[in-house]
Amino acid sequence: MTMETTRKERIDRGLKVRTEGIYAISSFEEILYLIGPRLLLIVGVLLLPLVLELAPYWKRVVNIMCVYAILALSFDFLANYVGLVCLGGALFIGVGGYLAAIFNVYLSLPFYLSIPLATVFGAGLCTVLILPCLPLRGVYFAIVTLMYPILFSRIIEAMNILGGTNGITGLDSFPGEYIEQYTIIIVMLLALFGMRRLVSQDVGLVLRGVKDNDQSIRASGINVTTMKSLAVFIAALLGCFGGAYIAHLYMWAGLSLFALDFSIIPIAAVVMGGGGTLIGAVIGCFILVPLSEFLRFFGSFRIVIYCIILTGFIVFKSEGLMVYLQRKYHQIERIVKV
Amino acid sequence: MEIVVYGVINSIVLALLSLGFALVYSISRLPNFAHGALYITAGYLVWLLLNAFGLPYWASIVIGILLTSLIGALIYRLIIIRIRGMEISEIIGTYAVGLAIIEGLRWGGLRGMTYTLPVFIPGSAEIMGVTVDYQRLLIVGAGILTFLLLFLFTKLNRIGLALRGIAQDERAAMMLGIDSDMTALISLAIGSGLAGFAAVLLLPLGNIVVEQGYNVLIFAVAVCVIGGLGSWTGTIVASFIIGFAQILTETLVSSHFVMVVALLAIIVTLLIKPSGIFGKQKQLEERV
Repeated sequence: MTMETTRKERIDRGLKVRTEGIYAISSFEEILYLIGPRLLLIVGVLLLPLVLELAPYWKRVVNIMCVYAILALSFDFLANYVGLVCLGGALFIGVGGYLAAIFNVYLSLPFYLSIPLATVFGAGLCTVLILPCLPLRGVYFAIVTLMYPILFSRIIEAMNILGGTNGITGLDSFPGEYIEQYTIIIVMLLALFGMRRLVSQDVGLVLRGVKDNDQSIRASGINVTTMKSLAVFIAALLGCFGGAYIAHLYMWAGLSLFALDFSIIPIAAVVMGGGGTLIGAVIGCFILVPLSEFLRFFGSFRIVIYCIILTGFIVFKSEGLMVYLQRKYHQIERIVKV
Repeated sequence: MEIVVYGVINSIVLALLSLGFALVYSISRLPNFAHGALYITAGYLVWLLLNAFGLPYWASIVIGILLTSLIGALIYRLIIIRIRGMEISEIIGTYAVGLAIIEGLRWGGLRGMTYTLPVFIPGSAEIMGVTVDYQRLLIVGAGILTFLLLFLFTKLNRIGLALRGIAQDERAAMMLGIDSDMTALISLAIGSGLAGFAAVLLLPLGNIVVEQGYNVLIFAVAVCVIGGLGSWTGTIVASFIIGFAQILTETLVSSHFVMVVALLAIIVTLLIKPSGIFGKQKQLEERV
């Protein structure tokens, strides 16, 4: 009696192999294969505000979605390319938002100055705050960064500074709806593709080295702490921009900028989208944030739903959506006899 | 005098809160971020058994604690067992579970002043010129008793010895036939039970509100980090340090800063001595 066993085999598509080198682009089919998915994302996102003229309520959601996407990008970058699991996305948002409020309300700078200034100074401040914790790893770094936003909101609450529990009100709004939307959409796209470019550069290689084997980085004469703080600065730039943008969007900076949402949703998005793909983080946000809008009706129950999704993905599909999709796009599967 | 008495009480409260977290971490190297959620679940379960099912108080306490242990064991069996060893997934996973429980309870209507547990014995006594109600005295007594029992359990009992074996050297213990997953399951069950026990003792002092779930987690993490994750002596010493620091800030500065003290203590400890005061795991002190 013979037992026939089969197994699943994965093979790269011919098209993928042919388009791998840049010189191989010889037909429209190949060009489309390469730039198709990217173009789909870019054009799709850019068209979103125009399409949503039909449903004005969802325009706000798109803005928030892009902020979360930026935040998720910064989390993904820090966690999967530098090995720093930073649970304090809310720290970046809060610092950026409060700084924008200070610049705009107390120093009465216009929004096109207060946002960039808050971004840069906020990133600097966050880097300085996180700098002492950089030698920590794994759980410890995660705990400290998780504590920072809580600490800040408690201090503001206890000392009653910066508006106390009421927050700072009266920030300038954006001059027009389209400026408001395209600012964040374009920054999000720039951040996404800039980040992808960055991690494939030499710097990205060194950063990945920091994650995998920091001793070898030291042996190469590169200062690990410098590289880590550089990475934190880059991630904080993104986060603080999001914070400053949100503060101007709501014309208000308050304690809710330090809320857990800003730490949890980006992580859920990264886990869902697939860690280390960068684009997965964005796609995860594009799924989760509208979902949470649909679930607004349920109140705090939507956090339960996030958590279930998050746990489900961590436990059962830890590779994430994007890795799965990429595999389907690039490879064929077939059953072969052994 | 008041500072001393209430400092001791507060310290023992903190120690009780963090005992479960410390136990789970020291045995199975598992940061159980669902600890606060289990605490609040236990309180809610006891309330439910007491008021909705009309059981006597002692029975609802026992059943409530047992159910909480069961939930802890289930969390391990269904979720954590699959992500064991991946530190980051463990944190995110347990934290997500905890968050789901807490927010689920909030959604289920656990808010406001309506949920209270009765104190065991009403009334108060005077100790060294300070009035202390019986419940707080009971907490002190029960806290000390719990430490002793746990100490004896880990020293004398077969399961306790297995737990310690796994805690000290997982590989060697596994070679001697101790099931690592089983001990982790037991440790999580005991840890959850301890969280439930703390909840039963402490919740009669106030209302059952979901926000306490987060606070308990922060306090537990603070105590364990400062004392050194995985060290018993450290846990107790650290809870006395934070306990007195909190009472001092409360009387000298303002009660708003109580949480700030715990948070600052975590950050400062991690910056100066990441393995904590009594941390034995020097390899965790990974400074580059």
